[in-house]
Amino acid sequence: MNSETVRISHSPIDTAAETRAVAEAASNIGAVVTFSGICRADEKGAQISALHLEHYPGMAEQEIESHVEEARKRWPLFAARVVHRVGRIMPGETIVFVATASAHREAAFAAAEFIMDYLKTSAPFWKKTEGGGKEIWVDANEKDERAAARWQK
Amino acid sequence: MKIVYFAWLRERLDKTEEDVDLPASVETIGDVIEWLKTRGEEYALAFDNPKVIRAAINKTHVRAEAKIAGASEIAFFPPMTGG
Repeated sequence: MNSETVRISHSPIDTAAETRAVAEAASNIGAVVTFSGICRADEKGAQISALHLEHYPGMAEQEIESHVEEARKRWPLFAARVVHRVGRIMPGETIVFVATASAHREAAFAAAEFIMDYLKTSAPFWKKTEGGGKEIWVDANEKDERAAARWQK
Repeated sequence: MKIVYFAWLRERLDKTEEDVDLPASVETIGDVIEWLKTRGEEYALAFDNPKVIRAAINKTHVRAEAKIAGASEIAFFPPMTGG
């Protein structure tokens, strides 16, 4: 796995360039699935002006890499890439980008979903919303725990 | 022992990391939490609800019963909310 598979980014993610890099990683790629998690302008009905993303350097990359490795064991992937933003993120900007490439779409779709589900529950990142003069830490979501648990069957 | 904190734990304790001398009786992550809670009101408050505390030893997730022998870095943080 090359060092470009997982990256933490302090600046906006160029999703078109990332997608192209994954699509061009091998000549036998027939399907590329991408997921972009976008910063919403509201959280639980309240307007926000920005999100702050904090991470545990080293562990964040390691956790994502181990789940990309696991995805590679489960599905025939030719390439995968995960880029996660940290720092201050404005509404409309990409927080996380996942791309998976395979010969056919089934493996690429499944692997992208698998990687995202585990990233949500096991990669050490934390979100804080900024808006109306207040900063509020986002609570973990039980729905995300269930989404990750279904892959254990 | 180096202990690092993240998110609201870091804010409530007002520190990102610290070096502590743990007594020999502190053997598990749960013991570390109990010991930290004796260090002051801010620790007692921050670690009040064990359900919202996650831990890692040497950057690997662990449970409260995990032994800390051999650890060089312990981390405490709330449930993760990335992605």
